[in-house]
Amino acid sequence: MDVTVPILILAIPLFMFIFLGLLGMKMTHKLAGTLGTLGMGTVLVLSYYTAFNYFFSGAPEFVNAAGDRLQFLVFDQTWLQFTESLVIKLGFLLDPISAMMLVVITTISFMVHLYSLGYMRDHHGVYEHGFQRFYAFLSLFSFSMLGLVVATNIFQMYIFWELVGASSYLLIGFYYTKPSAVSASKKAFIVTRFADLGFLIGILVLSYYTGTFNFTELTSIPVEGMAGVSQVNLDTAASIRSIFENSAAPTFMGASVLTWALVLIFMGGMGKSAMMPLHIWLPDAMEGPTPVSALIHAATMVVAGVYLVARLFPLYLMENSSMVIITVVGAITAFYAAVVACTQIDIKRVLAFSTISQIAFMMVSLGVARPEVHEGLGYMASMFHLFTHAMFKALLFLGAGALIHAIGSNDYTAMHGLRKHMPITHITFLIGCLAIAGIIPFSGFFSKDEILSACMGYDWVAYLWMSMVAGLTAFYMFRLYFLIFWWKEHKTPEGHHAPHDQPWTMSLPLIILAAISCVAGFIPFGKLVSWNGVPYDFMAHFNWGVAAVSLAVAIAGIALAWVMYKKENSLPEKFRNAMPSLWKWSFHRFYWDELYMFITHKIIFGIVCRSLAWFDRHIIDGTMDAFATVTNKTSNAIKTLQSGQIQMYVWWYLMGALALGVITIVCLL
Amino acid sequence: MESVGSIILYFIVALSMIVFSVMAVTTRKILRAATYLLFTLFAAAVVYFMLDYEFLGAVQIAVYAGGIVVLFVFAILLTSKPGDNTERLTSKSRLLGAVGAVAMLLVSGWALLCRTSMVFAPKPAMENPDMQLIGQTLLGTGEGEYLLPFEAVSVLLLACIIGGVVVARKR
Amino acid sequence: MEITAIYYLIPALIMFCCGVYGFITRKNMIAMLISLELMLNAVDVNFVVFNRFLFPGQMEGMFFTLFAIAIAAAETAIAIAIIINIFRAARNIDVRSLNEMKF
Repeated sequence: MDVTVPILILAIPLFMFIFLGLLGMKMTHKLAGTLGTLGMGTVLVLSYYTAFNYFFSGAPEFVNAAGDRLQFLVFDQTWLQFTESLVIKLGFLLDPISAMMLVVITTISFMVHLYSLGYMRDHHGVYEHGFQRFYAFLSLFSFSMLGLVVATNIFQMYIFWELVGASSYLLIGFYYTKPSAVSASKKAFIVTRFADLGFLIGILVLSYYTGTFNFTELTSIPVEGMAGVSQVNLDTAASIRSIFENSAAPTFMGASVLTWALVLIFMGGMGKSAMMPLHIWLPDAMEGPTPVSALIHAATMVVAGVYLVARLFPLYLMENSSMVIITVVGAITAFYAAVVACTQIDIKRVLAFSTISQIAFMMVSLGVARPEVHEGLGYMASMFHLFTHAMFKALLFLGAGALIHAIGSNDYTAMHGLRKHMPITHITFLIGCLAIAGIIPFSGFFSKDEILSACMGYDWVAYLWMSMVAGLTAFYMFRLYFLIFWWKEHKTPEGHHAPHDQPWTMSLPLIILAAISCVAGFIPFGKLVSWNGVPYDFMAHFNWGVAAVSLAVAIAGIALAWVMYKKENSLPEKFRNAMPSLWKWSFHRFYWDELYMFITHKIIFGIVCRSLAWFDRHIIDGTMDAFATVTNKTSNAIKTLQSGQIQMYVWWYLMGALALGVITIVCLL
Repeated sequence: MESVGSIILYFIVALSMIVFSVMAVTTRKILRAATYLLFTLFAAAVVYFMLDYEFLGAVQIAVYAGGIVVLFVFAILLTSKPGDNTERLTSKSRLLGAVGAVAMLLVSGWALLCRTSMVFAPKPAMENPDMQLIGQTLLGTGEGEYLLPFEAVSVLLLACIIGGVVVARKR
Repeated sequence: MEITAIYYLIPALIMFCCGVYGFITRKNMIAMLISLELMLNAVDVNFVVFNRFLFPGQMEGMFFTLFAIAIAAAETAIAIAIIINIFRAARNIDVRSLNEMKF
C-alpha cells in the first residue's frame, strides 16, 4: 500500500495547525476558517479512501485467504533509539478499529470545522476574537487524535495521548478571559495528567516485563493460530504468555505486576474517558465552545480510553481481574452519570453526563466481552457503539450549540417550546434523542442492543443493571428534549429577535449527522470490526428478546418523560418534593466536586502543603538566611581589613611570610 | 687572612651601605632619599668589585646608578615642587614599619647566625671571570648558558619601553 | 681577621630591613619605589655573596643578579610611568589617598 495517503492524513492537519497558527492572524477570518475546513475536508476524503481500501479492497495485506482482517503496518520508522532494545518508533497501523476511528474522527472533525464557520460568529456576522486560533487548535487536535488512533506502539500512543490532552486544554480554555473557562481547562488538564501518570507507569511496567512497545507483538498474544500473525510475533507472544502464566512471575501487593500494569494503563483510560472517580473534569470542560464539546468531549477524545482498552484487548483478556475492574467501573459510572443527568438544568451538562454514561456503556461492553461468549460480541458492540455514539452525540451537541447560539444561554429554562421556531434543529435533535434512547431503527438501538446482549451473555446482573441505565438514558434525554422544544410556548424576551434556524454551515452538519444516525445501525459492523479480525455476523446472535426488552425499557423512559414534561405541569415538582434528598444529591452531582475540593484544599493544601510550606519557609529558607546572615555579619566585621591601604597589605603579608619562615626554619633546619 | 687595606675598605663599604640605606628611608626630602640610594648602590657596586665580579660591578654602576637613579630624579622633579618636605610620619605608621623591619631583622639574623654554619666559611680562591667567558655564557645555548633569559629580558625591555611611553604619554 | 660571608650578609640584611621600613612607612610613592630598590639591591648582594663564597667556580648567582638588574630597570621605568600618570590624574602621589579599592 502506498504510504503517501497515510502520511498526508497526518501531515495535513499538522501543516494546517502550523500554517494557521503562524499566519492565521495575517488573513481574514473567513479565509482562515475556509482553509482549515478545506484541509480537514481533504483529510476526510483521504481517510475515507484509506478505510474503504482497508475494508473493501480485499488486498492480501489487509485480508487473508480465509477473509480474516489483518493488522497492517503502513510504515513504522525508528524515531528514538536509546539502546539496542529500547527503540521508540513512529508509524501508521491499519487495522479494523484504527480504520474505523479514522472515519469517525475525520467525519466529526469536518462537521465541526464546517459548523464552526457559522457558530463562531454572532448574529450580526462578526467573527469571534481568536477565530483563526480556534481553527489552528482544531487542526492540532485532529492531528493528535489521528496520530493516537494509528499508533503502532504504546509509546507513540502515549505521546499523541498527551498531545490530545494539551490541545483539549487549549480548546477548553479558548475563552481565556473567562475565569470559569480557565479553571475548567486547568481542571481537565490536571485530572487527566494525574490519570496519565498511571498510564505511563503502566506502560513502563508492561514494556519492562514484555520487552516491547509494539501493538502487533503485544496483542497477538492469545490468538496463536490466528491467520496473518507472523512467526516473530508468535515467538514474542509465547514468551510474553509464559510471563503471564508463570506462577513465579513478580508480584506486587498480592497481584501480578502485569495485572498492575493493565490496571494502571486502564487508569489512563479512565482519566481520558471520564470514568468515575476521574470524571469530574468533563462536565466543566463544557466551558469550551460548543463545537469543541462536540468534537472532543463527546465524540473523539473521550473515547480514547475505550480505544486504548480495545487496542490492548487481548492483553486484558488474559487477566480476568482487570476485566472485572473495567466492568465494575463502567457499570457504576454509567448509572451515576445517568442519575445526575436527570436533574441538571444546563443542557451541555446534561449532554456531558450522558456522554460519560454512554462511554461507560462501551467500557462495560469491553469488560464483559469474552471470546467464549458470542465470540467476543462485547468488543464489537463496544466499537459499534463508539461509532454510533460519536455520530449522534456530535449531532446532539451541535444541535445544543445551535440552540445556545439562538437563545444565548445554556440554561434550558430559558428555552421551552422552540419546536416551531427552529424546525431543522428540532427534527435533528429529535433524531439524536431517539438514537441515544435506542429506538428502532435509529443507530443507537442496534449498538446498545448488542451491548445488552453481550452483558446478558456474561451475567444477568450486568444485563439488568445496564438495561436500567438504558431506561434512564431514554428518560433524561427526552426530559431534555421536551423541556427544550415543548413544555410551554416560547416567550421571546423584550428587545430580542425571535429565535430562528441557523445558517446552512450549521444546518448542514446537523442534517448529515442525523442522516448517519438514521442509517448507521444497518451497517454490518461485525463484518468489519471484530476482536480477532475474523468477520462476525451478529445477526446470528441477535437476541430478539433482549431487543424487545430494551425497546420496551426505552419506550417506558420516553413515556415517563412525555407524561412529566410534555406540557407544563406540577409533576416534576411533586417528584422533587417526594425525594428531596435524592434530587439534591443528584443536582449537586453527588458532591464529587466538593469531595475533591475537600481533599485537595483541606487535606492536601491545608495539612500536607501547609506543613511542607512551614518546613520550607522556616527550615530551608531559615538555613539559607542563616548562611546569608553569617556571611553578611562576618563580611561587615572583617571588611575594614580591606582598607585600600597597600602598605597595610604589605605589612600583613610580611608578617605572614615571617611566620611561615619561622615555622620552616624551626621544623627543617 | 686579608690585607689591612681590604679590611678597612670593607668597613667603609659596609658602614656606608648601612648608613645610607637608613638615611634613604628616613630623610624627609625625597631628592635626598634618591641621592642616598645612589650612594647605597655605589656601595653595593664596590661589594661586587671586592668579590671579584668586576663586570657585575660595572653593570651595577652603569644601569642602577646611571640609569635608574636618574629616572628617579626626573620623576621626583616632575612630581614635586622644590623644597617640598613629605609631611611628618605618624607615630602609628612608624611603629608599624619599625615592627615589621625589626621582626624581619630578628628572624633573618637569627636564621643566619644560629641556624646555619656555612655563612662562616672563608672566602675561597676564584679566578675573576673574564669577559669572554661571560659573553659566551650569556649568549650560549648549552647547559648553564643563558641565551633564552637574555632574549626574554630583551623582549621585556622592549615591552617596557613601549609600555612606559603608552602609560605616561599625554592624552 | 677573616672576612666571611656573614660580613656581607648582615649589611645586606640591614639594607633589606630599611627597605621594608621605608616601604611600609613612606607615603610618597617614589619614596616607596626607592625602598623597593633597596630591597632588590640587598637581594642582589646576597646572590652574589652566596655565589662567591659557596660556589666559586659557577656563575649562576652572578647572572641572576645581572638579570635582576635589567628587570629592576624595566620595573622602575614602568612604575614611574604609572606614578606620573597618577600624578596627572590626582595631582598627588600620596599612596594613602589612593584607596579606591577598599571595601
